[in-house]
Amino acid sequence: MNINTTKIISLLFFIFSAFYLYTAYQIQVFAFDENAPFNARTFPIYLGYAGLFFSGLKLILPDPNTIKVEHKSLEYKKTGILILIAIIYGATILKVGYFLTTSLFLFASYYFLGERRWILMFLLSFPFVAAFMYLLHGILDIYLRDPFLQSIGVMG
Amino acid sequence: MIEGILIGLTTALTFQNILMVMVGCFFGTIIGMLPGLGPMTAIALMIPITYGFDPATGLILMAGVYYGAVFGGSTSSILLNAPGVPGTVATSFDGYPMAQQGKAGKALAIAAWSSFAGGTLSAIYLLFMAPSLSKVSLSFRSPDYFALMILGLTAIAAFSSKGQFLKAMMMVVLGLMLASVGQDSLSDITRFTFNNMNLTDGISFVLVVMATFAMSEALTIILKRNDPTSAAKQVSLTELGSIKINKEERTKMYKTIPRSSVIGFLIGVLPGAGATIASFLAYGMERNVVSDEEKEKFGKGSVNGLSAPETANNAACSGSFVPMLTLGIPGSGTTAVMLGALLGFGVQPGPRLYMTNPEIFWSIIMSMYIGMVILLILNLPLIPYIARILAVPKNYLIPLILFFSITGIYVMSFNNFDIYLMIGIAVVATFLRLYDFPMPPLILAFVLGGLMEENLRRSLLLSNGSWEFLWDRTLTACILATTILIVVWHIYKTFKKKN
Repeated sequence: MNINTTKIISLLFFIFSAFYLYTAYQIQVFAFDENAPFNARTFPIYLGYAGLFFSGLKLILPDPNTIKVEHKSLEYKKTGILILIAIIYGATILKVGYFLTTSLFLFASYYFLGERRWILMFLLSFPFVAAFMYLLHGILDIYLRDPFLQSIGVMG
Repeated sequence: MIEGILIGLTTALTFQNILMVMVGCFFGTIIGMLPGLGPMTAIALMIPITYGFDPATGLILMAGVYYGAVFGGSTSSILLNAPGVPGTVATSFDGYPMAQQGKAGKALAIAAWSSFAGGTLSAIYLLFMAPSLSKVSLSFRSPDYFALMILGLTAIAAFSSKGQFLKAMMMVVLGLMLASVGQDSLSDITRFTFNNMNLTDGISFVLVVMATFAMSEALTIILKRNDPTSAAKQVSLTELGSIKINKEERTKMYKTIPRSSVIGFLIGVLPGAGATIASFLAYGMERNVVSDEEKEKFGKGSVNGLSAPETANNAACSGSFVPMLTLGIPGSGTTAVMLGALLGFGVQPGPRLYMTNPEIFWSIIMSMYIGMVILLILNLPLIPYIARILAVPKNYLIPLILFFSITGIYVMSFNNFDIYLMIGIAVVATFLRLYDFPMPPLILAFVLGGLMEENLRRSLLLSNGSWEFLWDRTLTACILATTILIVVWHIYKTFKKKN
């Protein structure tokens, strides 16, 4: 059997389905529901078996459309940095507030993607976020939590 | 029905809703023109904005984005030979050669008029078909719904990725698994939460859509070093030529449009099929029915060859609303996103929608027509300028997509965990995309997961735990037999290819 990445993904999915199935069997149901035709664990159990079935078939059957990915041509570094910035953004947005973190997230993302036009970068971060906030919070009445703007008295 | 049309018109023709259709069409056109970013991404990015509106307005906005994205896809097919969405690949067969002959303006006009006519005719078909089908579907029972959902999921897996049926089925199962996280709807027993309180209410639909489409598409563009905006920079404002269509060309279109609109609409109604198959089928059929002389022109700038797929893909868009509005079962990934948004508004689409929420039902249908008119009068003259807007560098485009995605989740939950979960799902989805695992089946399965479990529960309880409900009723048995045929056929094809 020719092992390729698709097969490895299928194997991982097979293992995941087995784990899902095991967890499905562990779901606690009410005593009176234990032998009912349908309870909280019935559907997940079928799903677990379906996952095993399809990933098992993918593992066993030949793969006529093998996908070859040229890993050397992929931009892992920039993608990784972007994901990291997004995680930091997610971690700080509640504590610091929407305006500052979002503006900094955009500014940092532009920078790490190779942009160096500072004025445009600034315009498309701080004023842009302010305008978007006004649209959501001011016009559409969608609540945006922002401790920073509240602390300086800009937001009520 | 007249009363319904009037309700729809009253709702759709308010200033706010007309504005929403215009904004939707404009925004959808821009996103649709970017190769790689399709209507699902465009609609997903709009979800946070729709929170501020009532359900009818929110859905009208999303419908406008949908038509706009399909129209935008045609523009990049014609001008750049780079289809923005798969449904407009067939448009490039004759649209691009026409543009190369210096008739880009004419090609765009033919595409716009064909889209308009296809969309208008299919809106009329929908107008007559949807209420009747709603009445018929009232006789559907839980086993029929369960079988229909299985068929829908199998069909979308079969059509969504050529030769990758098993991958698509794995995505279907993954979508259903994600939908099973959280409290069981009947017993309130928590499942797969691993004692994490953030998962008790399950995973949000918006989170999954944003992660698997908007965010993972943005990450894929960076990872693969693609530049969706580079092609737009090639568009020259001066080389478009005239947008006038002469009498001979109009005569050809008059014959092509009605037949292609019927094909498009019917294919659109089928679960999982959609605009791509409709446009290819219409193109193929048109080639078979035209004269030998015209047949020779196919692939070299034929008016019929351009008009047929354009009519069909727009007709299919309207057709795909039929199963969603009448059965509550979306026929495509895009309508699945809309269904999820409707559920978020607390509206349950299905046979009773047009009785319980007639303003939503009819305003969607009427807004489709208004959307078509707006696309024609707003977009056609503005296309070259819209193409220029697309010359925004990807260094700006990608962070903005990420920003809209994260904002969508933030305004919904104010929870760090959801943002981390979204990033995690997006990373996995990006990796899966690299190996051609399709995402639309995952979304459809995620949306249908709860409904499917509910209908299976009712069916099994009614039949006292016996699976006989699957063949007790003729309708259920027929739907199930079709599903089995699709599965067996695709597995057989995989074997046959190897041998």
